Amino acid sequence: MNTFYFIAFLSVFFSILVITAKNPVHSILYLILTFFTFTIHYILLNAQFLAIVNFIVYMGAILVLFLYTLMLMNLNKESEQPKSNLIKIAAVIGGGCFLVTIVASLRALGASSPVVLKDPGLGLVKNLGKTLFNEYLLPFEVSSVLLLSAMVGAVLLATKDPKTT
Amino acid sequence: MEPLSNKRKVVENKPLNFLERAYLPAILQGLAITMKHFFRKPVTISYPEEKREFSENFRGMHSLKRDENGKERCTACGLCALSCPAEAITMTAAERQPGEENLYREEKYAAVYEINMLRCIFCGLCEEACPKEAIYLDGDIVPSDYLRKDFIYGKDKLVEAPLNQ
Amino acid sequence: MELAEIGIKFALVTIIFAISLVIAMYSTYAERKIAAFFQDRIGPNRAGPWGILQPLADGGKMFLKEEIIPTNASGFLFIVGPSLAIMTACIGSAVIPWGQKLVIGSHVIDLQVADINVGILYIFGVVSLGVYGVMIGGWASNNKYSLLGAIRAASQNISYEISMGLSIIALLLVTGTLSLRQIAEQQHSWHWNIIYQPVGFILFLVCAFAETNRTPFDLPECETELVGGYHTEYSSMKLGFYLFAEYINMFISSAVMVTLYWGAYNYPFMDWMAAHIGTNGAVILGVVLMFAKIFLFIFFFMWVRWTIPRFRYDQLMDLGWKVLIPLAIANIVVTGIVITLINR
Repeated sequence: MNTFYFIAFLSVFFSILVITAKNPVHSILYLILTFFTFTIHYILLNAQFLAIVNFIVYMGAILVLFLYTLMLMNLNKESEQPKSNLIKIAAVIGGGCFLVTIVASLRALGASSPVVLKDPGLGLVKNLGKTLFNEYLLPFEVSSVLLLSAMVGAVLLATKDPKTT
Repeated sequence: MEPLSNKRKVVENKPLNFLERAYLPAILQGLAITMKHFFRKPVTISYPEEKREFSENFRGMHSLKRDENGKERCTACGLCALSCPAEAITMTAAERQPGEENLYREEKYAAVYEINMLRCIFCGLCEEACPKEAIYLDGDIVPSDYLRKDFIYGKDKLVEAPLNQ
Repeated sequence: MELAEIGIKFALVTIIFAISLVIAMYSTYAERKIAAFFQDRIGPNRAGPWGILQPLADGGKMFLKEEIIPTNASGFLFIVGPSLAIMTACIGSAVIPWGQKLVIGSHVIDLQVADINVGILYIFGVVSLGVYGVMIGGWASNNKYSLLGAIRAASQNISYEISMGLSIIALLLVTGTLSLRQIAEQQHSWHWNIIYQPVGFILFLVCAFAETNRTPFDLPECETELVGGYHTEYSSMKLGFYLFAEYINMFISSAVMVTLYWGAYNYPFMDWMAAHIGTNGAVILGVVLMFAKIFLFIFFFMWVRWTIPRFRYDQLMDLGWKVLIPLAIANIVVTGIVITLINR
């Protein structure tokens, strides 16, 4: 349990650093650390497969792409346009609404009782695969169709426009 | 028109066939060629230990010759210095004192004879200009050194060793 | 866990670390020597007999050189880059089974640091993490060549990770497990996976070249275009770390290829050997043979380096996305169909 609190503290700490860091690249690096602590959380929950997939997909691919695009942008302070007050006010209102929603939903749910898994080995690859492909086959396939459509869209965007060539 | 030689070759721009486009056969071919070189005898000559054979007209380090009685041939006439296109040779003449007849052949000799090996281009014009057949570029490659001043070779390095030692 | 067991594991970790560092050290020597042989030369032969002390001389030089941190570099990240590179390179060896279990007295020594049941995915994750070292270092240098090198490394690694993953999926269809120990055990005697997955192996090999940034895919450090690529601004042992990480990566990916496709520590007639020279003898022979296979692969990496010229960047991307990924998917489909037909 102590490990959990320590890791949870680290995740919160790094996520605060993500939004307070001045340099966007630094904040991405803190985000990587945050995801790393999530991986440790999954391992603590004995969900090995989820942990390693989180590790590969989020830390190894998505955040690399984040970092990649950030590196290509001009991050000099001089070229940054000052934000208008309207945007700032809108952002504050939006953030406040989000906070209210989260607090309200947490209050509505009440304190969660500790989750006890029926099968502690659920997170292992074999059991997870059996559950996914038996009980949850339809949602699984639907989400794969979603990914496929995203891929088709990306290919469509990447192909050259025949008129301009 | 009749071709002058049979070396002309018409370039064919045939589209690559499947095997060529697959690229792997070409890679294997390349690997075979490099492997052939792996077992070939190295062509390296490890210089200070092994030496390449010099050609007959190789021009290396200068040497100031002695005649058949072991006397220095050079009379410090200065023709070599005059002929030198790189102006690498300097000398100071001196008169032979009585009692030095066994050292110097003529009545005038070079008290100081210096060649700057960094300037010398080993053209051999000094050799050709010398009327006394006193200087020859028949030595080895000039060795390397750390300081520029060490490349100014005086008589201690240039004059041939005495005969009967 | 028992104290003795912890001690054994600790010793194993230390030994594997030491071995991978020594192999990386001597890979630099081997690279220079083998390059020389391929070019009809002799290679380094001054430090010690046949130049075998050359890595020590190189290391000494690396340590004694002046350490330069560019004025406008972001200092902390500039140091984090190479450290991360070598760290991710080193932790990959944790799940590789180096041999069967040794039995000494009452102790059973498992020649694998951690047998986790998602071993392949772990390796995969570590490999995908390796690019951060290059990216952070390249960005922190505050140099456009370094940045370009870093960006090239990132896009290259991501592109080739996909086809690498797909080529592994076909292998997983055959083996039915993600644990490297079980995969190794399934390839008992001569049942090596290369027999069942030749196409998958070639795909994996090509991707391994791209992931370790070796020629013909060494565009992140392409001298002709980018000076030194991501390590342009690095000097001293920080540069050494980057170079070391490359060689350790080469060693680890060779080990992974041997484990997945070339039978790991298995060899034909191993049961016969075990019956004749004792179990432990057979196990040690297996370990030796595994290292022999790994060295052959390292040699192959170097052999290819002196054979194939570097790709152009668009060719690299074309190969990754238009050739390797469709091939890998076709391989998965064919493997799946064959397995279904056999199991029917």
